[in-house]
Amino acid sequence: MLVSMNWIREFVNLDGLDIDSLIHRFTLATAEVEDIYHYGQNTSNVVVAKIISIENHPNSKKLHLLKVDAGDKIYDCVCGAPNVYEGKIVAFAKEGGMVNGTPINCAVVAGYESHGMCCSEAELGISDDHSGLMNIEDDVALGTDIKDIYPIEDTVFDVDNKSLTNRPDLWGHYGIAREFSALTGRPLKPYEKLDSSVYDDLPKVDIDIRDKELCYRYTGIKVENITRHISPVAMRIRLYYCGTRAINLLADLTNYIMLELGQPMHAFDLRKVDCIEVRRFEDDFEFETLDDVKRHIDTNTLMICSKEKPVAIAGIMGGLDSAIADDTTSLLLESATFDGVSIRKSSMRLGLRTDASMRYEKMLDPEIAVTATERFLKLLTEADADVKVISSLTDVYVKKYDTIKLEFDKSYVDRYTGIEISDERIVSTLKALGFGVDKNGEKFAVTVPSWRATKDVTITADIIEEITRIYGYDNFAVTTTLSPLYPVLRAVTKSDENQVKDILVKKYNLHEIHSYIWNDAKKFEAIGIEPEPNVRLINAMASELSVIRNSMIPTLLSCANDNKSYAPDFGIFEIARVVEGLKEDGDCNERKKLGIVLFSHTKSEKEIYFELRNMLALIVHDIKHINAEFANTNATHNWQHPKNTACVYADGKVLGYLSALHPVCGEKIDKKAAIVFAEIDMGIFSECANGGIVYDEPSKYPSIDFDLSFVVNDTIRFSDIEKAWKNDGFEYLDDVSLIDVYDDGVQKSISVRLHFMSKEKTLQRTEIQPYVDGVISSLAEKGINLKQ
Amino acid sequence: MQDTDVKQQLEAELEKAADVNEVENIRVAYLGKKGYITELLKNLKDLKGEQKKEFGQKINILKAEADAKITERIELLKKQRIERMIEKSEQYDVTLPCTLEQGSYHPITLVQREVEEIFESMGFTVEDYSEIVDDYHCFEALNIPKHHPARDMQDTYYLDNGQLLKTHTSAAQNAIMRKYGAPLRAIFPGRCFRNESTDACHENTFFQMEGMMIDENISISNLIYFMKVMLSDVFKQDIKVRLRPGFFPFVEPGFELDINCLICGGKGCPSCKNSGWLELCPCGMIHPNVLKAGGIDTDKYTGFAFGLGLTRLAMMKYGIKDIRDLNSGNLKVLSQFENI
Repeated sequence: MLVSMNWIREFVNLDGLDIDSLIHRFTLATAEVEDIYHYGQNTSNVVVAKIISIENHPNSKKLHLLKVDAGDKIYDCVCGAPNVYEGKIVAFAKEGGMVNGTPINCAVVAGYESHGMCCSEAELGISDDHSGLMNIEDDVALGTDIKDIYPIEDTVFDVDNKSLTNRPDLWGHYGIAREFSALTGRPLKPYEKLDSSVYDDLPKVDIDIRDKELCYRYTGIKVENITRHISPVAMRIRLYYCGTRAINLLADLTNYIMLELGQPMHAFDLRKVDCIEVRRFEDDFEFETLDDVKRHIDTNTLMICSKEKPVAIAGIMGGLDSAIADDTTSLLLESATFDGVSIRKSSMRLGLRTDASMRYEKMLDPEIAVTATERFLKLLTEADADVKVISSLTDVYVKKYDTIKLEFDKSYVDRYTGIEISDERIVSTLKALGFGVDKNGEKFAVTVPSWRATKDVTITADIIEEITRIYGYDNFAVTTTLSPLYPVLRAVTKSDENQVKDILVKKYNLHEIHSYIWNDAKKFEAIGIEPEPNVRLINAMASELSVIRNSMIPTLLSCANDNKSYAPDFGIFEIARVVEGLKEDGDCNERKKLGIVLFSHTKSEKEIYFELRNMLALIVHDIKHINAEFANTNATHNWQHPKNTACVYADGKVLGYLSALHPVCGEKIDKKAAIVFAEIDMGIFSECANGGIVYDEPSKYPSIDFDLSFVVNDTIRFSDIEKAWKNDGFEYLDDVSLIDVYDDGVQKSISVRLHFMSKEKTLQRTEIQPYVDGVISSLAEKGINLKQ
Repeated sequence: MQDTDVKQQLEAELEKAADVNEVENIRVAYLGKKGYITELLKNLKDLKGEQKKEFGQKINILKAEADAKITERIELLKKQRIERMIEKSEQYDVTLPCTLEQGSYHPITLVQREVEEIFESMGFTVEDYSEIVDDYHCFEALNIPKHHPARDMQDTYYLDNGQLLKTHTSAAQNAIMRKYGAPLRAIFPGRCFRNESTDACHENTFFQMEGMMIDENISISNLIYFMKVMLSDVFKQDIKVRLRPGFFPFVEPGFELDINCLICGGKGCPSCKNSGWLELCPCGMIHPNVLKAGGIDTDKYTGFAFGLGLTRLAMMKYGIKDIRDLNSGNLKVLSQFENI
């Protein structure tokens, strides 16, 4: 919202104060100022002058040669404006002067000297009218500086509308003036208006509020015999500086009061509207608004009607048919309060956000509806003395807010602020902001003014804000707390996550990425993956982005696909959320997962598959000090390799899986690349018991190794061989390690080393041999024979 | 052979010997069981008295001299061999370019850990919270009324089971108050979602870090203190902060916290729209309704909360200009964030 300091100064005397630093304080105390504009400073030596003669320019059809009386002397001036005539009073920029930043010098125009310039309003920067010269109708002496009669010079600042959302009172200059009054300690002048009670004996306006939920108050008054159509220059300049175009006196006045008090008003042509009904309709219909657009009105939209005919969209925009026209001489003036939520929703449905609807959305104070009308009458009668009010100010007030009274004591303020703010300061601040304050000992009893009571100030904490923002946060002494200290233990889940990331980044050189929680069906299609059904967003950016992912892997594969050219070999990972369907209570089964994808051009799929397996085993062992186990399992997703998908277990729990990529996807991503991946449930991982470090004192005696090689085939797993010694409790068997898996194309064999050791004595081979023989024969029974 | 001849001959042979093995052979030839010097000793039995003693001494001296000469020769040859080895060895070109193979952390992880450490050191716990939440936690419990614009479809992603993607980390406030009660110091980093179109400055998926401190007598003054300490630590310089009134339903009073622009040092530049200040973090005193919803006694306790934009912070700290880079998965961007 644009705020004119000239306007503010009408309500609070700011003489002698630096305006720019005041505006800066407004940012810190009230709402964010985004820009400050200084108007009129670049205009000088522009005076009121009279055209005393006109000659056609001999060399141009458009130009005229004028003689202009600027009070001090007669100037020759070459002028191209169409609306020149003898006796016209104009704004004349003398040579050596400046017009809105443009220096005016003596110039030769098409062969004739011009010693100044007659200005249009647009040239002066006070409106966008550049159709011709500004017409000065006021009766002032020639040679008077134009800045002495019109408020061309002004400081205007732009407040971020978003920072005003909770302050309906700040949507007009008077409310902002109240802030400046509180900030400077200078009094706020009373808002001058006309006392409407003088019209109380006149007939009432027929107003029927049928929708009492959505219309809180509706006031109307009828005025006739309006002859003036153009607003005073000063008013037009203010409107223009505040971002509103001047239209005609009546429309300008409603806008002016909206910008001044925040109360939107609407002027109906009395010929079209002489009574009011406020209602919604049972059926949809078309309605043409005054901006010449036909709009679709639905059954939720509140309308203003006259004799059942819709004449305005309540609180948003008037109808074309009943709008003020050039020949309008009488009006019915609306000043009403509508429900903010209803206006906001209607405005969204219509795609029509107006200055009026923006204000209603903020929950306006119904008390100002009458004030606005009385102000309107004052300004109208000042501009046009002949107008005649022909009805009483009719007020239908159906929903009144309760008066809010709050009580608190000084210690409450001290506790909240942490600093000492004096009683006098508290009282003066609140009073300056319009609050009623009664102080009784330590107790403050505060009455919230109506313009803050619609939603903004409802509890004592709101009062703290009023006191502190005017006190100034920059003036706060900054202190730490006096609180007992407690040990802070990092949650296991958090520490697990940190450690997993450290291992993957520092030991395995993987790259951590971030991705989106929804599947990207288009990107997945490119790599041969169809998103599996899952919970959906009902308002996704695009339909292909609507399904929430149930696995990290397709996202990560798609990311690997995007990075194909990054390096011949790379690995990526992410710890993030997926949704594995819905739980019994209907909520999403949200899981935190670790996803890893390895991509290689230089190694075989088998190599990186085992690399990944070892990576997972190390993560489990390093963080939890327990061993992970792996077992082949069936693929459950179409991107997993049907043969090479394996379950990852630890502490008796299924942590997740690792898998090679299904060739269908592999072909799409990169035929020459090996791609493997794993997905681990971080929640389950963190539930694994931590085995801790168990110290085992080394034996002082020599150990004995037995190396055995077994002939195997594709159906025999290492885990089958392992059964021959695993968990059999032979006290001297210390460790079994894999030496080699050998495949010469004819025969495949696995060599293992059995490591025997005692802590009490030096073992003899003869003590071990029977055990080894037992291992060999038990395997032979299963058809696993020693290699010859 | 006379002892003097033996000595001369040994010296000549040692001079000729080219390696340690040859010298060892010479040692055998002179000092071995049948060596020249050993043989000389055999003559001793033919001598008597003073003569015998004299000759014996002479031969022993010769033996010791021979041993020393041989050892000396061996040492010399060994030394020469090492010298030759060094001479022959390759001098590596240490100026060749290094190959650094390193993994990388996501920049958000780096910034997040940094902020977590600061707050942990000040007694805050780090909490985790779900991304998919319900209306109650995201809005209702935070004093956001039913018809508040924040609940509109253009701001919030809704799911077809009635839940929604959390729009702010504040959605965890209620659960954490319920979990710990007062007093309470906690931060909760998390990913948030807003239904808006993306450009260089806007993302629909971004990270925040919420912080909360609830105790007896927590004040606005304390809030400013903690924010200033934390931000100075993150940016490794003394940060100026300022508070402006800001409206958020879940705090009262609510603030926008600005820091002095780090690019221009507060003088004014395009990054700070010439104001010298950057808007960084909404914060405020927790609204009594929010405390009540969390089961906290508002007569006894007050508290502050803040919502730090982790994504914004990471962008400022590393000079990342396009927010979309963070979720792009582009390794050319992300692989640069190598270590903590």
